[in-house]
Amino acid sequence: MPAVAPEVLALAQDSALLEALRAGDERAFLELVESLHGGMVRFARGFVKTDTAAEDVVQDTWAVVLQDIDRFEGRSALRSWIFGILGNLARTRAAKDGRCVPLSALQPDDGESAVDPSEFHPDSHPRWAGHWAKAPEPWPEARLLSREALAYIRDAIERLPEGQRAVIRLRDVEGWTSQEVCEALGVSEVNQRVLLHRARSRVRREIARHVERRNP
Amino acid sequence: MNRALPADLDCIAAVEQVTDYLEGALPPHARTEFEQHLVTCPGCVTYLRQLRAQIAASSTLAEQRPVPEEVTQELLAMFRASRGEK
Repeated sequence: MPAVAPEVLALAQDSALLEALRAGDERAFLELVESLHGGMVRFARGFVKTDTAAEDVVQDTWAVVLQDIDRFEGRSALRSWIFGILGNLARTRAAKDGRCVPLSALQPDDGESAVDPSEFHPDSHPRWAGHWAKAPEPWPEARLLSREALAYIRDAIERLPEGQRAVIRLRDVEGWTSQEVCEALGVSEVNQRVLLHRARSRVRREIARHVERRNP
Repeated sequence: MNRALPADLDCIAAVEQVTDYLEGALPPHARTEFEQHLVTCPGCVTYLRQLRAQIAASSTLAEQRPVPEEVTQELLAMFRASRGEK
């Protein structure tokens, strides 16, 4: 049997779910809340200052979703649509609370290297210009899953610039596809990849520093 | 990431292509070149492994906590109200 593309499957599941929601099926609504609510609060928290503000924004989002669900045309996945609303409301709230989030935050800035250029041999090197001066050390991967290391990774993600943080959260933490992230954040495929690249590279540098400190 | 590449990929360029590689976004010739680089470069293999481990670790941060009961009740009331109006 040919494999069904995940997007097609998601849209088919969406249309059944939409029908149920429109018909007032409470169980379908509760399942949707159960599957999205926690991720929505985490996502909103990336924009606004407090947990309470994040909860408020998520609640407002559900209100808009319920109000507009009959008009939702299903051109994007349901959860991308919901997170698109959430992103807009979260940015508005952040601006109101004096936490300025310029729209340019979703545009990648240029020129940041994935790895500090000093870790490579300089252009003047006769044989190995542009290659590792000191190869990266393998990480003790099991330890990356320790509570301490995970807290460290979470903090590293928190410290990223807005756009990078939004993308890496949805992609690597929540496990979304690139297409869904583009729809939800309204960014192009290319910009999504650039933001993801910068975000992952920065977090990797932080983990590397952490690991080196632990294993001098 | 748009750097024009010489025939032999060097590490400083390879690390900028890692995300495109993992995303399946490299054109075929660039993908082949990247993979050929990995064959000869243990440093970049380690780098790729680190990123894969990082992504795996990040995915465990999405702990599914149950939605607090009062939130569920509030949302359910909103849902009923919204459906009742139609």
